[in-house]
Amino acid sequence: MTSAIGRQTETDRGHTAAGFDVLAVRSDFPILQTTVNGKPLIYLDSAATAQTPSAVIDAVVRYYNNDNANIHRGVHTLSVRATNMYESARAKAAALIGAKRPEEMIFVRSATEAINLVAQTYARDHIKPGDEVLVSEMEHHSNIVPWQLLCEQTGAVLRVAPMNDAGELRLDEYEHLLGARTKIVAVTQVSNALGTINPICDITRMAHEHGACVVVDGAQAVPHIKVDVCELDADFYAFSSHKFFGPTGVGMLYGKFDLLNSMSPYQGGGEMIRSVTFEKTTYNDVPHKFEAGTPNIAGGVGLGAAIDYVNGLGIEAIVAYEDDLLDYATQALLATPKVTLVGTAAQKAGVLSFNVDGVHPHDVGTMLDQDGIAIRTGHHCAQPVMDHFGIPATCRASLAFYNTRAEIDALVVSLRKVQEVFA
Amino acid sequence: MSDFNDLYQELILDHNRQPRNRGSIDGAALVAEGFNPLCGDRVEVFVTVVDGVIDQIKFDGTGCAISTASASLMTESLKGKTLAEAKALFRRFRDMVVDDAEDSEDGAELGKLAVFSGVCRYPARVKCATLAWHTVSAALDRADGLVTTE
Repeated sequence: MTSAIGRQTETDRGHTAAGFDVLAVRSDFPILQTTVNGKPLIYLDSAATAQTPSAVIDAVVRYYNNDNANIHRGVHTLSVRATNMYESARAKAAALIGAKRPEEMIFVRSATEAINLVAQTYARDHIKPGDEVLVSEMEHHSNIVPWQLLCEQTGAVLRVAPMNDAGELRLDEYEHLLGARTKIVAVTQVSNALGTINPICDITRMAHEHGACVVVDGAQAVPHIKVDVCELDADFYAFSSHKFFGPTGVGMLYGKFDLLNSMSPYQGGGEMIRSVTFEKTTYNDVPHKFEAGTPNIAGGVGLGAAIDYVNGLGIEAIVAYEDDLLDYATQALLATPKVTLVGTAAQKAGVLSFNVDGVHPHDVGTMLDQDGIAIRTGHHCAQPVMDHFGIPATCRASLAFYNTRAEIDALVVSLRKVQEVFA
Repeated sequence: MSDFNDLYQELILDHNRQPRNRGSIDGAALVAEGFNPLCGDRVEVFVTVVDGVIDQIKFDGTGCAISTASASLMTESLKGKTLAEAKALFRRFRDMVVDDAEDSEDGAELGKLAVFSGVCRYPARVKCATLAWHTVSAALDRADGLVTTE
């Protein structure tokens, strides 16, 4: 086990030659140099939260050491610096996902809040009793429950586009469910429980033909694939910082400018106003209209540093490296007896959900942890996905560009050990 | 393999492979269902009491090795106990898996249940070990509803 990481294998050396030096990348992440239960950490839970490189940690520390002040308020130097850093992170986030202008990016505290914001502003303004919100069967609870709340508030109806047994959206069924009453389509770009990549371009085209607005959950997509919201033609797009190697507590909502401009505010307070009297309050411009209160400034600055870090590695190089690693891991698990993959879509990113015959995922998770291997076990906040496959839970190993083939080999060795104990 | 021994002891693995007293009791007066929202584990416990003593006890449901073995060993331990003894044993068991408590004011004997003493070093698994106990406790209280470990 101890040879699993920190030492190059032949296969990992191959990647160095191919232009992605994974061992150098690993050295950028302090936590990957640590041990857990006496074993070198093998972190396979990036879909839950990704690890942060020194560049991000240092940026947050530097901000607090040198620049900390409230933004958009003071004329003093620190306030101007903090404002510039925060706004520069917004611009980086816009560039990352291909938004036309930084004003289309709203800082929130999570991808979950981003979806709730759309549900409680745009959607609540436009939905009438009997209208329909269409989600897919593979959504995270955060892209189901906000819409259920909206439906309860407005008398709208939640509809569900099914997936097949490979975990792929049934596009024909989806198209069939679209109609004049469909006002919102809310769908994930990459499934957190299965890794499926959904055909967002097709989804938005069909939805727009029926006049529906499309909200895309990009939390699992942005860390793994090149995203261009204009190409996708998404009306709204949500992602989070902590799944993108940045700090926790920061999310981003993209919205098409005209939509954002026409929307009611989300929360009331400071920052989101232009002027306040007891008789009448006028609201600030987009995006500040949606950003009441002092935000997580250091977190935003950290997200900016994370975007710089990923851009430095190159998203194309990351995609190529991860595709190869996912393929390697898929083959390795398929070759392991009594291990069943859950989610076998043709297009996947970052996630391997699986079960070990006769062993409950929680027992697998606890045992792997003893070998320093961190995986997620449970329903992954996607209980309808579990229901589809008739299982209570899965084991989920999720990948990032800092994982290695040697770590996958160690996972397989540990899984065989689990099977021995439970034989 | 030695790494796992403090939690996955042979007795636990055995009761997971071959749970004792699994099934239901038709017409049992005391029934409760327990649910662990963290992992989706569900357990249903059926109890009959004669003259203040647990006469029959069975459990059904699905769960991890810890929750299955805990339910199985619990049914073995509780058969023949008075309701007061059963509650004292639950307290003793809970103290052991939560706090690694060595001594009991109740003086209840853990017997085979001591095999779960390693659970206290795995905080994420405490609820697995106590789910069946919370459920039987609810059954004995005639709280015939859904119990959670929260």
